[in-house]
Amino acid sequence: MKKLIIALAATAAVLGGVSTGAQAQDKTKVCFIYVGSQTDGGWTQAHDIGRQQLQEHFGDKIETPFLENVPEGPDAERAIERMARSGCALVYTTSFGFMDATIKVAQKFPDVKFEHATGFKAAENVATYNARFYEGRYIQGQIAAKMSKKGVAGYIASFPIPEVVMGINAFILGAQSVNPEFKLKVVWANTWFDPGKEADAAKALIDQGVDILTQHTDTTAPMQVAAERGIFAFGQASDMIAAGPKTQLTAIVDTWGNYYIKRTQALLDGNWKSEQIWDGLKDGILTMAPYTNMPDDVKAMAEETEAKIKSGELHPFTGPVKKQDGSDWLAEGEKAEDGVLLGMNFYVAGVDDKLPQ
Amino acid sequence: MRIELQRRSEVSRLFSLVSPLLALVLTLFFGGIMFWTLGKNPFDALYSFFIEPLLEVWSLHELAIKAAPLILIGVGLSICYRSNNWNIGAEGQFTIGAITGSILPVLYPEWHSPMILPLMLVMGMIGGALYAGIPALLKTRFNTNEILTSLMLVYIAQLYLDWLVRGPWRDPQGYNFPQTKAFVPEAVLPEVLDSGRAHLAIVFAIVVAVAIWFMMRFMLKGFEVTVLGQSERAGRFAGFSARRMVWFSMLLSGALAGLAGISEVSGSIGHVQPSISPGYGFTAIIVAFLGRLNPLGIIASGFVLALTYLGGEAAQLSIGISDKVSRVFQGLLLFFVLSCDTLIHYRLRLVRHPAPGGAHA
Amino acid sequence: MLEAILLTVITAATPLVIAALGELVTERAGVLNLGVEGMMIMGAVMAFGATQVTGSPYVGILAGIAAGAVFSLLFGILTLTLVANQVATGLALTILGLGLSGQIGESFVGQPGIKLQPLPIPFLSDIPLLGPLLFRQDLIFYLSVVLVVGIHWFLFRSRTGLKVRAIGDNHASAHALGINVIRARYFAVMFGGACAGLAGAQLSLVYTPQWVENMTAGRGWIALALVVFASWRPLRVLAGGYLFGAVTIGQLHAQALGIGIPSQFLSALPYVATIVVLIIISHNRRTTLINTPASLGKPFVPER
Repeated sequence: MKKLIIALAATAAVLGGVSTGAQAQDKTKVCFIYVGSQTDGGWTQAHDIGRQQLQEHFGDKIETPFLENVPEGPDAERAIERMARSGCALVYTTSFGFMDATIKVAQKFPDVKFEHATGFKAAENVATYNARFYEGRYIQGQIAAKMSKKGVAGYIASFPIPEVVMGINAFILGAQSVNPEFKLKVVWANTWFDPGKEADAAKALIDQGVDILTQHTDTTAPMQVAAERGIFAFGQASDMIAAGPKTQLTAIVDTWGNYYIKRTQALLDGNWKSEQIWDGLKDGILTMAPYTNMPDDVKAMAEETEAKIKSGELHPFTGPVKKQDGSDWLAEGEKAEDGVLLGMNFYVAGVDDKLPQ
Repeated sequence: MRIELQRRSEVSRLFSLVSPLLALVLTLFFGGIMFWTLGKNPFDALYSFFIEPLLEVWSLHELAIKAAPLILIGVGLSICYRSNNWNIGAEGQFTIGAITGSILPVLYPEWHSPMILPLMLVMGMIGGALYAGIPALLKTRFNTNEILTSLMLVYIAQLYLDWLVRGPWRDPQGYNFPQTKAFVPEAVLPEVLDSGRAHLAIVFAIVVAVAIWFMMRFMLKGFEVTVLGQSERAGRFAGFSARRMVWFSMLLSGALAGLAGISEVSGSIGHVQPSISPGYGFTAIIVAFLGRLNPLGIIASGFVLALTYLGGEAAQLSIGISDKVSRVFQGLLLFFVLSCDTLIHYRLRLVRHPAPGGAHA
Repeated sequence: MLEAILLTVITAATPLVIAALGELVTERAGVLNLGVEGMMIMGAVMAFGATQVTGSPYVGILAGIAAGAVFSLLFGILTLTLVANQVATGLALTILGLGLSGQIGESFVGQPGIKLQPLPIPFLSDIPLLGPLLFRQDLIFYLSVVLVVGIHWFLFRSRTGLKVRAIGDNHASAHALGINVIRARYFAVMFGGACAGLAGAQLSLVYTPQWVENMTAGRGWIALALVVFASWRPLRVLAGGYLFGAVTIGQLHAQALGIGIPSQFLSALPYVATIVVLIIISHNRRTTLINTPASLGKPFVPER
């Protein structure tokens, strides 16, 4: 049957005068691999908006093809290899699960540059990049402590990976810097993306008495629930103000575009280097959505904290900090090392949950 | 006027061959129209779907990697379905097979021995078989419907895997990310040829498919499967036990799904992680039926389905057809193949005057 | 708090119950349509789209129902007229539905939806606890209750229902009795599709008023499981749906209380519970056999 397919389609191809591939070779190809759909309204869409900004910035100089819905596993390796073979000069692999596949393909294609999001394995031609989302979480925690009447916030978490644990800890540290008695309840949804389940988790947390919500999952469902129940919430990955005009206090917005433009410029200038990049608020890789629905003094505090983090005056993980079990983690004035943060698998004091191990 | 079906007295050999071609022509035609309405050149689109993935050697290897688990699982399922055991939980058996097969390389990462790989494969098969044994036990012992139990067990297996790789099996040097240590080289399924990534799984798949075809065609067991599938009563007269057949078919398909699972993890991924299958266990159900539950047909249908996945990717990249459109196109192909297969068993007739009622049977 | 929790359970269970009821009728007529997930997501996207365009969620509900029914017709043509295999066709329907809905809904992503508002029933809605739970609900919830009772009555008390069951139990003898098997099955399939579409509409109009791809997230499969779980009896679908919803919501509450059991185990609870209950009810061989449509999944071609 396969032979016939070939024959048939080949005939079709000849009849149609197919022109594949080889057009506009002078453009530099910057390629993207997405784990989700281009229009998922969450993680992948944030990257895709970054890609569009990149395309707009460089216009005719570059092309930005992408592959969406690439499952983590053997499919990823194939997709990345396909990119490398199709003449991409720089390939962005935008999910943690693409790490090993990226490294494997990179070994085969030493002339192609790769950048892998949120991983820890680098090579001569593989850089890693990530954003210090915890900086935004810290600001959110401070706002939560000011805005909450009950002193308890709810956190809808996805999976117990360091990225998420780090966010929870930064949030509670921010909150405790305002109200040392502040508590945090956590629900693990075990999904990045299931509006129904995220809504259920939001409702469960509200029913358990939290009066402020934050989420580390991708859809706006928790924001909608918060709006309905009349409590405040924080957006995730993109500005979710449309889903809760009277609800969203602020949101951590992934603004990968700034980063992609910076790195592509380096590639075009010929000075791209493999680095392990962990940019923060000051670099514009993440930004805070406008501070809304809060009194002026809270807004002023949030803006001040944001400025201090940008200037480097404030590091959210600064001692004294105790772990959840009561043992000391950071001494007075001590700042957490990046390596510890990137592998974080413990809670700090004040989180009302047992970390899944 | 309406269409009426008339059963052929015997299977049409002509249409056995013509029906897939007819389906293909219809898919190309309607798919072409779809691409055209989306503003894409239909010829470019069809070219990247069906031809582009076949032009390069590395891509052929990828095709084999993608087809191997589909064929392995599909062949096992064909025995289940032929004997009226509706195992739709192969995805779970795949997952458990991957887990049990990985016990050695994950828990004894220092063990370098040529023995490790065969042991892993055997353990993977045992794991998959045992997991398929649960619905078999529930069906034979409590008369519980296996469609439901095998499906529920899929979710449970996936959550168990998730827990394992995020908890006890997590690589201590991996920054607490959810994956195990990479397997030692001895525990990795070797590649078949130097020209690409394809590993032994495709060899297993083809050997198994041929062996099962032989069994169905020339051995008493094959006859038993067919007879019990057509009528349990007739089977009993022939001295066959439907209960034993439940066990046989479920354990066999479970073992094959488990083999596919451990092969995928060992050969294609090299460690265990939360997502190890893009739904192979479910796609294989379609593969089994597209191959008309015939092991040799399943080899062909496995490759065809794998081709549509690779083709979808090629189309995305070269002409910007979105992944969603590829799925729709895949759905179209499946529908046409399934409906054209009708012609093998039935003659279509246009009836001008509808028969009144339908009372004279 | 109890009231709030129960409300959450009801919202979570309603789409499962509606989709399962539709599939139950389809299966009672002897047709196994595994494409519930695909029909459901088509209902969800069309309901959302129609609501955005017209501004009325009621038009959305109709669009959802219509989308599900029309989509199921595709399944009907293949399996009933062309006697293609039902299991494979159902799976293909799901693949097609997931792709097509994503394509149709591309421009809806990120748009805030319009929520279907509750219709309180006078007087009854003032009863403590029961009022807010049962009588201050939206139209789709009321429809779900009507469907349960209506389908129970239809299948076990009406002549047409008797015919449907006869077709599912033995299509050859039903045909011999002068029943038009194929036509009846078309209706049953389309009813199942309409219900799945309505369930999808509940997702994108009530549960989470928004559209995102794959937002059904496996609920169609749960609905399929519910049918077997309920041993093809409508009232048990209701019970099973609410049990499933309760376990799902219960595990989230258990987590919020911080009880420290791995969340994966809690997430697995509903599935384990389904299996256990299934064993208990199917233990009695005779009752299961009585309820299972004997012709389920078998093709029928009238011999002439």
